[in-house]
Amino acid sequence: MTPVSTSALLYLNAITVSFDGFRALNGLSLAIDRGEMRAIIGPNGAGKTTMMDVITGKTRPDDGEAVFAGVHDLTALDEARIANLGIGRKFQRPTVFESHTVANNLLLALKTTRGVFATLFSSVSREQDEMIQELLETVHLGDAQHTLAANLSHGQKQWLEIGMLLAQQPQLLLVDEPAAGMTDAETAKTARLLREINKSRTVVVVEHDMAFVRDLDVKVTVMHEGSVLAEGPLDHVSADERVIEVYLGR
Amino acid sequence: MSAIPARRFGTLPVVLYTVLAVLAVSVPLLNLAVPEGAPFHVSTYVVTLLGKYTAYALLALALDLVWGYCGILSLGHGAFFALGGYAMGMHLMRMIGPRGVYGNPILPDFMVFLNYKELPWYWLGFDNFLFAMLIVLLAPGLLAYVFGTFAFRSRVTGVYFSIITQAMTFAMMLAFFRNDMGFGGNNGLTDFKEIFGIDLQLASTRDAFFVVSVAALAAGYAICRAIVTSKLGKVLIAIRDAESRTRFLGYRVEQYKLFVWVVSACLAGVAGALYVPQVGIINPSEFAPASSIEAVIWVAVGGRGTLVGAILGAVLVNGFKSWFTGAIPELWLFALGALFILTTLLLPRGIVGTLLHRAGAKAMPATLQEDTVDDAISPEPPRDIKQEKLVRLGA
Repeated sequence: MTPVSTSALLYLNAITVSFDGFRALNGLSLAIDRGEMRAIIGPNGAGKTTMMDVITGKTRPDDGEAVFAGVHDLTALDEARIANLGIGRKFQRPTVFESHTVANNLLLALKTTRGVFATLFSSVSREQDEMIQELLETVHLGDAQHTLAANLSHGQKQWLEIGMLLAQQPQLLLVDEPAAGMTDAETAKTARLLREINKSRTVVVVEHDMAFVRDLDVKVTVMHEGSVLAEGPLDHVSADERVIEVYLGR
Repeated sequence: MSAIPARRFGTLPVVLYTVLAVLAVSVPLLNLAVPEGAPFHVSTYVVTLLGKYTAYALLALALDLVWGYCGILSLGHGAFFALGGYAMGMHLMRMIGPRGVYGNPILPDFMVFLNYKELPWYWLGFDNFLFAMLIVLLAPGLLAYVFGTFAFRSRVTGVYFSIITQAMTFAMMLAFFRNDMGFGGNNGLTDFKEIFGIDLQLASTRDAFFVVSVAALAAGYAICRAIVTSKLGKVLIAIRDAESRTRFLGYRVEQYKLFVWVVSACLAGVAGALYVPQVGIINPSEFAPASSIEAVIWVAVGGRGTLVGAILGAVLVNGFKSWFTGAIPELWLFALGALFILTTLLLPRGIVGTLLHRAGAKAMPATLQEDTVDDAISPEPPRDIKQEKLVRLGA
């Protein structure tokens, strides 16, 4: 692959992914700038999750380029490598380690060396402990630190997972439907949390909930049938006739 | 208050080490110092039986490390056990010297019988005890390394992994059955005479083997516990519960799996090496898929993901087996099957798992007990029964 000169933190160019003839992504191109927060919306089957899979190394694209920070070819790296480059991913369904305590979940996510033997002989340093305390504050789980993650509410699990993302100290956060299944109050709290995170990191949010996207108040990319349909501020995008057609049907 | 509590030395290890120490001292004493016929005399037969159980307990421990903590259900751990056993058996064969039926000072009897002219190259060095012990670790370790590298890199998990472990041990069995493999064919290796020049049949030798087995079990437990209470142990549990999440956190899951898999195989090999001199024979039936499955049942009964449970399960089930096969041998497999089904239905956490869960429910969350957190399998009541069942089956 020829190196692309781009100032974007994440640069996707003409990505195509097919599953048994079905084109999940069809020439998708997207550029996310450093420090940006971007909301990605689109109907079911638009390819949002597949796009996340490509960026995090779970799925190899058939064609196209995916470049991180201008130098790393994401299509050639595995999940662990990409995670360690600084791309964190939150899944649609909250995925935390249920038989570990909240604090241990964060400990496992903390950015440290991930080698087998380094991990075997590692011990929790004072700084790490302080970092965990800080994260617990950020995601409002200070009181629940010794609770097993399995016993958290759905909303708390979502926050714990966001906390785990932050613990990784990623440059780029991919957040898949963070507000799914949350109460209105939790949704508003989550939007505040994401805006707070965006002060120091680049964030890509995939979301269905339009009220939540409006809350975030950021540039929106509309995906449809595996490629970008429209891009811009929410008001601009929602006035676009093609977007209305896709969302509301003919 | 610190987020991560300092590692505490739980009560369970103390109990285990104490029991093992008491056994290691009292059993040989009651065998040698108390005269035969006295009420507290422990016969040499019983000492050997206990030594055999101890070797099985080490095998169960090895299995629990991968199954209970990393969710890798091996139905082929008998292969590692048998390889360790064969390495020990080869040393004991060489120690027979010219006392075999054919009186050949170099070649074991079966080789003379099969017209071998000289010792095959892979038998060289086994007259040296230390070399044999090295192979006890290396042979199972290497097999596990090669097998694990391919399986884990290809991301074979769940039942598919379990099935290929069965295939592995079955293939080993077929290979070792062949006479031209040079491992004694279906008769295996037997008629051992001595080790370090000491008669294997002596009561004191049996006692020594028992003590060494108990010491090996204690050491194996210490190693396993060090692993599962380390941060690596937490990663293993994370892999068990949510493998792809662990991967997206940046952990190379296959390397972690490979590490415990190889450690576990080496422990199983040591267990096999301790087993062989005590029972006096090693043959390809040790590779039989059924033996490996039996070991899984020990762990399930005792409680997987608890280490101590695996040890307890191995001793209890084998004690039950010794008694049962003496009383009504033809029904043993039915009893074993019933035991597994009843455990799965009534005690899914196993004996120790259930006890820990009860204790944990009382103690948490007021004081966090590192022990129960680390040792409990899934300290939550079943949420999704179907899923629980699948998990229980290792899927």
